[in-house]
Amino acid sequence: MSRAADGAQPPAGAAGEREPVLALSGVRRAYGEHVVLDGVDLEVRAHEVVALIGASGSGKSTLLRTANLLEPIDDGVIRLAGRDISDPRVDADAVRARIGAVFQHYNLFPHLSVLDNVTLASRLVHRTPKAEAERRGQELLASIGLADFARAYPDRLSGGQQQRVAIVRAIATGPELLLLDEVTSALDPELVGEVLALVRSLADGGTTILMATHEMAFARDVADRVVFLDGGRIVEQGPSRQFFAAPREERTRAFLARVLPG
Amino acid sequence: MSAASPDGAWRPSELELGRRAFRRRQTWRSVLVSALSTLVFAGLLAWAVLGSPGWARVAETFFDPEVAIASLPRIAEGLLLNLQVLVFAAVGVLLVAITLATLRTLRGPVFFPLRAIAAGYTDLFRGVPLLIVLYLVGYGVPALEFFPRLPVAVWGTIAIVLVYSAYVAEVFRAGIEAVHPSQRLAARSLGLSHAQTMRRVVLPQAIRKVTPALMNDFVAMQKDVGLISVLGAVDAVRAAQIETAHYFNFTPYVVAGLLFVLLALPMVRLTDWVTARMRRREQIGSIV
Repeated sequence: MSRAADGAQPPAGAAGEREPVLALSGVRRAYGEHVVLDGVDLEVRAHEVVALIGASGSGKSTLLRTANLLEPIDDGVIRLAGRDISDPRVDADAVRARIGAVFQHYNLFPHLSVLDNVTLASRLVHRTPKAEAERRGQELLASIGLADFARAYPDRLSGGQQQRVAIVRAIATGPELLLLDEVTSALDPELVGEVLALVRSLADGGTTILMATHEMAFARDVADRVVFLDGGRIVEQGPSRQFFAAPREERTRAFLARVLPG
Repeated sequence: MSAASPDGAWRPSELELGRRAFRRRQTWRSVLVSALSTLVFAGLLAWAVLGSPGWARVAETFFDPEVAIASLPRIAEGLLLNLQVLVFAAVGVLLVAITLATLRTLRGPVFFPLRAIAAGYTDLFRGVPLLIVLYLVGYGVPALEFFPRLPVAVWGTIAIVLVYSAYVAEVFRAGIEAVHPSQRLAARSLGLSHAQTMRRVVLPQAIRKVTPALMNDFVAMQKDVGLISVLGAVDAVRAAQIETAHYFNFTPYVVAGLLFVLLALPMVRLTDWVTARMRRREQIGSIV
C-alpha cells in the first residue's frame, strides 16, 4: 500500500531526472477469473531501453496496453513522469499524446498517404502547422530511406517498410516513451533486420523504450534491462547481458532453454 | 500493493476502491444530468407547442380521441393488407436482389449481356421515383391486357419489388466486394468453382457484413408499402383517407402514422441489437 497511500502528486515539471518515465506498481488486470497481470511493479527510467520477454499469454501486450491506457486496470498505480495516470480524472487522450506506440501489425491507416500517416498526430493533436509537420515528416522519412514513398499509400510498401513508417509515425510527435509490441513478429525473416536496425538507432539516440519482443538476441544487445514475465508476474529482471548469461530463476532458465537455439 | 487476504484471494486496494467509488459517482452524475436535461428539453418543447396560438384548433383537427377510436378498426384492417404486401415484397426483393448482385459479379465476356442488364436495371430503378413506377406498373401493365385481372395490391407489390431490388442489390454487391480477395483466393485454391466460391464462401460473409444495412432498407420498405394506396388499394393509408373525408378531421392520418411506427419499432430495435452484437463480436477488447 505504501506507494498508493501517500497520494502525493509531484507537480508537473518538478519530476526532473529522478522520477522514472514510467512506473507501474501493483498493476492488476483480470478478465473474469483469468488474471493477466497479477501485481506488476516495473520502472522505466529516462533513456532506458527495457525488453519484456515471456511466452505468449504471459501478459506482455496487456502490460504495454495498460501503460498508454488502452487497457483499463483493476488495481495498482501507473505513473508517467511521476504523475498518476491511472486516476479516472486524468485525460487519457493527453496521456496517450505523450506516449508513442507501435503494434505487431503496423496498423497504418490505409486511406492516408505515408506522409499523412506520419503527420496526422502532429497536425490534429499537437496543432503543428501543416507545412512544419510535413517538413518534419519528410525528414523522418528520409532518415529511414523512404522519402520517395511519402505520397504513396501504405499498401505499396513491404511489411518491413510499413513497420518502419509505423515507428516513425509513433516518434513524429516526440513522445516521452515509446512502446513497441512485438514489432517484428508479423514480418518475414529477411525484413526483421531493417526494423530492428531502426529500433537500435532510436535506442542509441536516447529514446526511452519499453518493448515486448521475441527476438532474444536483439533484447540482449540493445536493451539495458530485460524483464521476464510469466503468468502475469515479473519472475526475474536484470541488466540484459547478465540476465541471459546467468538467469537466477528456474522458470527463466526453462523459458530461455525453449526459445534460445542450441 | 493489493493486499492479499488471509485466504489468499485478491482484494482490491484502498486506492482501487476509491477509484471505483469515483466512477460510480460519475455514472450517477451522468444519469442525473441526462435526466435533468431531458426534462428541461421536453418542457421547452411542450411549452412551445402548447403555447402556440393555433394549438387549440390543431388539437381538435389532428388529435381528436373520439375520431381516433372510431376510425381505428378500419385503418387496422387496412394495415393487414400492408402487412401482406410487405411479406411478399420482402421475399421478392431478397430473391431478385441476390440474383442481380450475383449477375454483376460474373466474370468472362460471355456474361457481358447479363452483367449489362443487371447494371442497367439497378441504374434505372434507383433513378425512377417509386411513385412513378407504381403508376406505370399499376395502370400501364394491366392495360396491356396480357395478364388476367389481378388485384391492384399485386401490381403495387411488384412495383415495390422492382424498385427495392435495385437498392438491395447494390447493398449486396457492396457486401460481396467487402469480402477480402484473399478469401476468394483461398476458396479457389481448394478447387472450388466460381459459383461454389460465391455460394459457400463469399455470400455468407457478405450477407453477415450487410445485415444492418439490409434491415435498414426493410424498415424503409415497411412504410413505403403505404404508397400502394395511390393505386386505389384500401390499405391503412387509403383507409385513413376515407375516414378523414368521413369525419372531416385529420386524426385518422395520425392514427395510421402511429400504426406504421408501431409496425416498424420491433424491426428498428432488432436492427440496433444486431448491429451492436456484431460490433461486440468483431471489435473485441477495444475501449477507445
